[in-house]
Amino acid sequence: MNAKQIDQQTLLKDEKDPLTHTPVHLLSLDKIGKHYGNIIALRDVTMAVDNGRVTCVLGDNGAGKSTLIKIIAGLHQHDEGVLHIMGEERKFNSPRDALDVGIATVYQDLAVVPLMPIWRNFFLGSELTTGWGPFKSMDVQKMKDITLKELAEMGIDLRDVEQPIGQLSGGERQCVAIARAVYFGAKVLILDEPTAALGVKQSGVVLRYILQARDRGLGVIFITHNPHHAFPVGDRFLLLKRGKSIGYYDKKDITLDELTAQMAGGAELAELAHELEQLGGHTEALKEVQAEVAGVADAADSADTSDASRENSPRHA
Amino acid sequence: MANTATLPPAPASTPGDERIGRRSPVQKFLARPEVGALVGAVVLFIFFASVSQTFTQPNALATVLYGSSTIGIMAVGVSLLMIGGEFDLSTGVAVISSALTASLFSWNFSLNAWVGVVLALVVSLSIGFINGWILVKTKLPSFIVTLATFLMLTGLNLALTRLIGGSVSSPSISKLDGFDSAHAVFASSISIGGVEVKITVFFWIILVAIASWVLLRTKVGNWIFAVGGDANAARAVGVPVTKTKIGLFMAVGFCGWILGMHNLFAFDAVQSGEGVGNEFLYIIAAVIGGCLLTGGYGSAVGGAIGAFIFGMANKGIVYAQWNPDWFKFFLGLMLLLATIVNLIVKRRADLK
Repeated sequence: MNAKQIDQQTLLKDEKDPLTHTPVHLLSLDKIGKHYGNIIALRDVTMAVDNGRVTCVLGDNGAGKSTLIKIIAGLHQHDEGVLHIMGEERKFNSPRDALDVGIATVYQDLAVVPLMPIWRNFFLGSELTTGWGPFKSMDVQKMKDITLKELAEMGIDLRDVEQPIGQLSGGERQCVAIARAVYFGAKVLILDEPTAALGVKQSGVVLRYILQARDRGLGVIFITHNPHHAFPVGDRFLLLKRGKSIGYYDKKDITLDELTAQMAGGAELAELAHELEQLGGHTEALKEVQAEVAGVADAADSADTSDASRENSPRHA
Repeated sequence: MANTATLPPAPASTPGDERIGRRSPVQKFLARPEVGALVGAVVLFIFFASVSQTFTQPNALATVLYGSSTIGIMAVGVSLLMIGGEFDLSTGVAVISSALTASLFSWNFSLNAWVGVVLALVVSLSIGFINGWILVKTKLPSFIVTLATFLMLTGLNLALTRLIGGSVSSPSISKLDGFDSAHAVFASSISIGGVEVKITVFFWIILVAIASWVLLRTKVGNWIFAVGGDANAARAVGVPVTKTKIGLFMAVGFCGWILGMHNLFAFDAVQSGEGVGNEFLYIIAAVIGGCLLTGGYGSAVGGAIGAFIFGMANKGIVYAQWNPDWFKFFLGLMLLLATIVNLIVKRRADLK
């Protein structure tokens, strides 16, 4: 088996935080689980986030990615397992709790209020104020200046911070949300499918910001279903399927092909090719899919992981 | 960094974007929420000034302003609440509940009128708090919650007044200690250049100024826009959504208290069955003033202009010596026109 899974225990012992040189992770999850009534949304998930590292969480729709980040962001509480922040056990009761320890989340819907101006959105929930007591008012000019400056540093050419944020494009809104999190001193930045709704070029821009945030020393959790986006920027990869972890790899232990194979599952792609054939799809497209199936199957073989055996056997971390 | 090699370079930020033309100050002004109402108010003013000689007399204007203020005081709170994404159907009767509390309590125990006034404030704020608390706890639509409060308060007003005072109208409190000073505070007139202007007009202006300041210049104002625009997004970035919503309902309660005290001390008694239907006038004023029913957009000044339009139409029909029976028809027509104008103006301004 080429793709060796990370042993969480040894990692905790040997790997040191690159900034603080202490043997604790910035954030770590140990066997986290969550259920809604009798529906088990997440089970037995273990991962870690460090300063200046990108941890990618990969999985298809319904794999439990959203539940995982909601737990870290404080929107939901986990039912099983432990969540450590800087080695200290925590359970967040509200997003405010998570924000207070420096966990900022950029949601898929971006948590922006479309009708409100950009600068109001940028500072929403953390407004700058001047004055005293009941006469405390917002420092509007300063907030506008900072918004403009921070966005310019992110390379966003804004024309007017008074513009309602709903008028910006998806990529621009994404960048505003990332810039907001970075400005407010986030230690951990959670990005929920930031590239899902974007074109190729805009995705590239967002990936750049992920690396920028990483280079500023933030621990980044990058959630995506696209291994091609995850692989170039990620340092660790957690793969989720049907609410369970099906793999947790260090970058040096896995290749893009293996990652893709794990994600998609060779059998599923083969089935798709078969279906397309029956429907009389274009021969060229079919050949392409078949070629990919072959490639994926090779990678899957070399990774020595069939989905079925993986799902049936509980993962020992 | 090998990983980044495949990524495109960041777009060079160019000063002055060629995709966006400058918006002229006029266009910026037209994008304000209250512009539609302002246009409507000017048109209506010119219209009544031309059909009636007396309409532009200072005394008539003072009367129009007084009529506007009795709606406008409530419209301030209701506008804020509507920007915060909720509305309140219990406001009309809550005003009367407040007045009845003050009068019945101080009359029953023969206390200083001010004791009743303070108790009425507590009751008004509590009504707001309960409305808001039930709303955030049950997550029911505010329509249902406040409709229930409306019905309960209507019943309580009638039943308790008859039980305590023995009549459908609250007993006269003009003999009580403190009545005169309370009358001076809540229902006196101030003479400006020989024109008697009711004190409620000043309350109204002060409330609009405070509300505008809160909305545009404080973080609470930012939160009000946010909870109305997208409560989930607001919660996710750490805005105290629950507190903001309950606070808004209590602000409506506070406005209701001021108007209730005016209603009481302008005379010396209150009819227990009054107030029903007034809640719609407040909502109409806010909507004419450009507040979106769905929340997240609007202004306090808009609500004030809406109330002014209402006042002008209400008194203008009298000054024009028309049959006041037509008033409601005009009110409905105005509501429709104002909202359509708002819509058109807003779309135009946003496109440019």
